[in-house]
Amino acid sequence: MASREEIVASIRQAFPEGVRPVEGGDLPTFVVDRAVLPRLARHLKDDPGLDFKLLADVCGVDHPGREQRFEAVYHLYSLQHGHRIRLKVPVGEDDPVVPSVFGVWKGADWFEREAFDMLGIRFDGHPNLKRILCHPAFQGHALRKDYDPGQRWLLREGEQDEPLWARQPQEDDDHFETQVLNLGPSHPATHGTLRTVVRLDGEVITQAEVEIGYLHRCFEKMSERHTWNQVIPYTDRLNYCSPMINGVGYCLAVEKLAGVEAPPRAQLIRLILSELSRIMDHIVCIGANLNDLGAMTPFLYMYKAREEIYSVLEACAGGRLTISYVRIGGLANDVPADFVPAVRWLLQRIPPLMNDMEKLITRNRIFRDRTEGVGKISAAEALDWGWTGPCLRASGIPYDVRKAHPYLGYETFDFKVPIATTGDTFARYIVRVEEVRQSLRIIEQALERLEPGPIICDEHHVALPPKELVYTEMEALIWHFKLIMEGARIPAGEVYGFTEGANGELGFYIISDGGGKPYRVRVRPPCFAIFQAYPHMLVGHMVPDSVAILGSLNIIAGELDR
Amino acid sequence: MTPRDLSISPGGGSGERAAARRPDGSQVFLTTKLDALLDLARRNSLWPFPFGTACCAIEFMSVMMSHYDLSRFGAEVVRFSPRQSDLLIVAGTVTDKMAPVMVRIYEQMAEPKYVISMGACACTGGFYRAYHVVQGIDEFIPVDVYVPGCPPTPEALLKGVVHLQEMIQQGQTHYQRQAAAARAAARGGADGQS
Repeated sequence: MASREEIVASIRQAFPEGVRPVEGGDLPTFVVDRAVLPRLARHLKDDPGLDFKLLADVCGVDHPGREQRFEAVYHLYSLQHGHRIRLKVPVGEDDPVVPSVFGVWKGADWFEREAFDMLGIRFDGHPNLKRILCHPAFQGHALRKDYDPGQRWLLREGEQDEPLWARQPQEDDDHFETQVLNLGPSHPATHGTLRTVVRLDGEVITQAEVEIGYLHRCFEKMSERHTWNQVIPYTDRLNYCSPMINGVGYCLAVEKLAGVEAPPRAQLIRLILSELSRIMDHIVCIGANLNDLGAMTPFLYMYKAREEIYSVLEACAGGRLTISYVRIGGLANDVPADFVPAVRWLLQRIPPLMNDMEKLITRNRIFRDRTEGVGKISAAEALDWGWTGPCLRASGIPYDVRKAHPYLGYETFDFKVPIATTGDTFARYIVRVEEVRQSLRIIEQALERLEPGPIICDEHHVALPPKELVYTEMEALIWHFKLIMEGARIPAGEVYGFTEGANGELGFYIISDGGGKPYRVRVRPPCFAIFQAYPHMLVGHMVPDSVAILGSLNIIAGELDR
Repeated sequence: MTPRDLSISPGGGSGERAAARRPDGSQVFLTTKLDALLDLARRNSLWPFPFGTACCAIEFMSVMMSHYDLSRFGAEVVRFSPRQSDLLIVAGTVTDKMAPVMVRIYEQMAEPKYVISMGACACTGGFYRAYHVVQGIDEFIPVDVYVPGCPPTPEALLKGVVHLQEMIQQGQTHYQRQAAAARAAARGGADGQS
């Protein structure tokens, strides 16, 4: 890993003009003149000492008071060196144009479209710059600070967006007409809301386009309107198959900014429940994928495991699915007395269910015929699109945030990062199955270390005091009141926190202005980066294959559309 | 079918059922309205269309799975075609982008049709009081049963389905009330002419 000084020196040397490093902050940050951005991007990617192959995130930020109102913010990561940087490109309101970096990283595709949709920053040179989350009848740009969060626009039947090519008939040399087929947004195989429009030549897909945003619930705007702790329930509903992981990711990012740390017991419980959530997520992903391929039984087997994990979560937090259990600085309350035996029982219970499922599926002729070689993507290609998580590991790149940048003490646990090399649907299945086993191993080790202790830190400017104290001590009551009414006091600044979500790197880019509410909360959803490659993967496959690929990529609409 | 089954269904008023009995009390025939008979069949064989969009869809899956098992209540034949189903379960947040799709699916369903709104978002927009979220699906389509919760527990949805079954039997669903009103209007119109 190159040190901060080395990175800054290297970039300054190559770009003496137009790139200005910013002091302080969690990452090496540069303010970039938009004229040099294309050259800088190419240099950052190709220079072997820098090697920023992964474009983690692109987003926009609105600063109405500034002379240059908007800022396009890029987060880059180098897998080889393990370092990150942040680029900021300021642009004025009258000319909000930034050159597109789609030519350098394909992964910029949807991220740039989203920044355009939300803030109205135009990306010059982008091949398909149009709204992505909001519907076509939407007026204005929702994440601008002067946009009223309650202002809705109605979309009428017939006003939906259609890809331009879908309207034009196309004939080939033999005068056979191709056919345009619409899948979704309400379709049994989309498990949520995703619309795919494909052009078929016979049975083979020759062109595809994906439309998302059918579940855009305005997470980022909502989090600007709520106090720091009130954002936690919203994070639960991002990836609703594994809600705990989102809450942990958000709280770790805020804690990093506030300079507090959760007590060891809280960290261990967060870790155990995160791994249980990962298991739940993989179970639903595998099960639903198999279900779409026609194998109903394994889903029923595996849902039993999920139902049993639910009962543990319910005992801890009171809710089954969206549990809102994490708090900034710790947890909402301690786990029940029988937590350890209950989780131990799960550890005995889940492996046989997984084994049953594997016996039915892994060597199953039909399953393998339908998944092997289907939806293949090479490692370089996957990385270029910004993939992370199990889908990237199935292509052979062993990047796991838990190993590369450990948090919650993952470095002290003995577990492996499973990878596959073929990068097809079957590889993604097999990686997920193995990850469930590794998660079980982590939980087993964590249970042995669980010691009694506090579950939330003592820094009461950010963390709620225990309820008993609120009822008995004046000071605690005042802290409680201030935290609930005004929100936690998070020092002004910005941070990019990243954790390993069930689908890949879950990033939270958080800006605080020192007030009780976040100035900006930006989520880097792993699903989003993965799904921008989906239409390109479909080409050459048949319609039934599209269902197999879709399931193996694990679409979670809440995270995809936020 | 026993007379008891029918006796719990008023079917639209008293005096419309009659059962002749032999001197020993056993029954020879009964009369009822065809609607009451059909409603009895309909309520016990609901075919849901799961319009799952978000978190609630995950809990809807739990309801279908072996642990909670909606099929115990005669509503397990999940169909993903609106033309084959009579119960629309809107599970999850509906956005302005999704609303026309939902309306179209509702319109494609054959009558009689019923709607369950599952979860806080579908009922009221939930805690998403925001620029892209429908503040309750009843802005667009009539709803028979609202199931609160974020997401509702599977028990809550089961209760919602059972409640809908009771409503069907008592003729209280939106569709039945509309149909009854139309009939009454037609009768009234005929009376006026005579």
